[in-house]
Amino acid sequence: MSDLTSKTIAELRDGFRAGDFTAREIAESYNDAVAGARLLNAFTVETPDDALAAAAAADEARGSGELGPLAGIPLGIKDLFATKGVDTTAGSRILGGFKPPYDSHVTANLRKAGAGMLGKLNMDEFAMGSSNETSAYGPVISPWRRQGSNVGLTPGGSSGGSAAAVSAWIAPGVTGTDTGGSIRQPAAFTGICGIKPTYGRCSRWGIVSFASSLDQAGPLARTVRDCAIMLEAMAGFDPRDSTSLDVLVPKWEASLSSNLKGKRVGIPKEYRIDGVPDEINALWDQGIDWLRDAGAEVVEISLPHTQYALPTYYIIAPAEASSNLARYDGVRYGLREDPEGGNLDAMYAATRAAGFGAEVKRRIMIGTYVLSAGYYDAYFTKAQKVRTLIKRDFARAFEQCDVILTPTAPSAAFGLAEKMSDPLAMYLNDVFAVPASLAGLPAMSVPGGLDSAGLPLGLHLIGPELDEQIVLNAGLAIEERAGFTARPEKWW
Amino acid sequence: MSVSADQVRHIAKLARIAMSDSELERLVPELNAIIGWVEQLGEVDTDGVEPLTAVIDQKLRLRADVVDDGDCREAVLANAPDAQHGFFAVPKVIE
Repeated sequence: MSDLTSKTIAELRDGFRAGDFTAREIAESYNDAVAGARLLNAFTVETPDDALAAAAAADEARGSGELGPLAGIPLGIKDLFATKGVDTTAGSRILGGFKPPYDSHVTANLRKAGAGMLGKLNMDEFAMGSSNETSAYGPVISPWRRQGSNVGLTPGGSSGGSAAAVSAWIAPGVTGTDTGGSIRQPAAFTGICGIKPTYGRCSRWGIVSFASSLDQAGPLARTVRDCAIMLEAMAGFDPRDSTSLDVLVPKWEASLSSNLKGKRVGIPKEYRIDGVPDEINALWDQGIDWLRDAGAEVVEISLPHTQYALPTYYIIAPAEASSNLARYDGVRYGLREDPEGGNLDAMYAATRAAGFGAEVKRRIMIGTYVLSAGYYDAYFTKAQKVRTLIKRDFARAFEQCDVILTPTAPSAAFGLAEKMSDPLAMYLNDVFAVPASLAGLPAMSVPGGLDSAGLPLGLHLIGPELDEQIVLNAGLAIEERAGFTARPEKWW
Repeated sequence: MSVSADQVRHIAKLARIAMSDSELERLVPELNAIIGWVEQLGEVDTDGVEPLTAVIDQKLRLRADVVDDGDCREAVLANAPDAQHGFFAVPKVIE
């Protein structure tokens, strides 16, 4: 393991600027690390030349003093982001071979900031999954293992390749997307940080759509500071996304402070749910003490509609997905299946049958059903009304507190194949993550500690609209006190 | 409410996904389990509650009303499984 791959983004940036090492040395170290970790199945495409080209540009620009904030930093990009000329498949057979003629707004922003690309990261098909097992490329295997066991574990999902790459130290930072927990749950499962910003902070333009009213991009990295650095580069107004927020991107990194004096931390009583392991509740209590130690006042709050968030999500997200995924018809891009003697309709149906995996079909079917004539009001409109109530719960809670602390996920990472046969058990993974998604709020997972099997557990912070800063600051306060330095032992 | 095999066949047709009878039969209990579970929303009193339409309040912007064909036909067609004479080609629609 080379020295450079053990550095954070901030350390790489500062060391490169100081002339301690070149961008080329950074890119080569990470390219080697990526090539040496193929057993994890974290990458769907490796792009070492891209990383080297960005490094060459950074090395050349170093003397000029006109360096972008991510100059010299190679990143992994989730396969959901369109990358010009590089396969972008959303982990699906139906987009096999698709090479976008453009970059997504977020990846274009990262390039503008000087970052290079190590490759595209494996993910659950169309971001539908919580274990990375629905990918057409096969599951990502977590670098983490239970103590004394070599059972393959999930890195979580849908940003499973992203989380595995950062936790295996083969990428210093990566992009993810979060529709109902897809950044935060994998971050928790692999002992890293991940933040989903306020809905609208990052443009959705060029991100393959899953559920448009929920989809948000965000970074995963090893530290809170690195997340702040990356998010600053990724966020920003884009007129091509009708829900992009036309607001300034704050200087989150410069404003980082773990002093929470005068801040109130809300603890929602409805998040104490049955069946969650004691270790997770114990870590939650520990997190409360840490934030109190950082100067915050702790208050109990109530989010009365919490238990209805998951069923609401599993109406709205499939409904939007069924509509968004109607575009995969075998005409404009990706797979086409043309049954002998079949008409246009038969081509559509055969293409979609062959191109979509089981979970994606299941969600398209649910979505089609809840939007169909006679059922629309009973399911979809009802869910949108409950979503209003969930959003209202948070608005009321934030009259009493500045940030909310909960666990990120109801368990540590589970074994591959353990939950694939039971969709509802899989959905429950996101029980703590989904409410903030439905309300469009910024939320982050930071590592809190290890469970008795030696697996990471995460703590989850939720902030009010547009206040990523309090989320990052509370995250920093936890990070400083948790002193989480564990990393998986290399077996790959 | 629960769905029958015939309803699942109809939904698959609406969704344009070809399915074998055995696939349909497997989906019936799966979909019914999910539908039964989401129906707990019926317990929530939503009288007088407006359905949420925008998660973060914002004004919809208007763009200039100008015609723009993009001038990028080649790029648009580059990923097509079958492109002919500058168009997307599909199986014959009219006999």
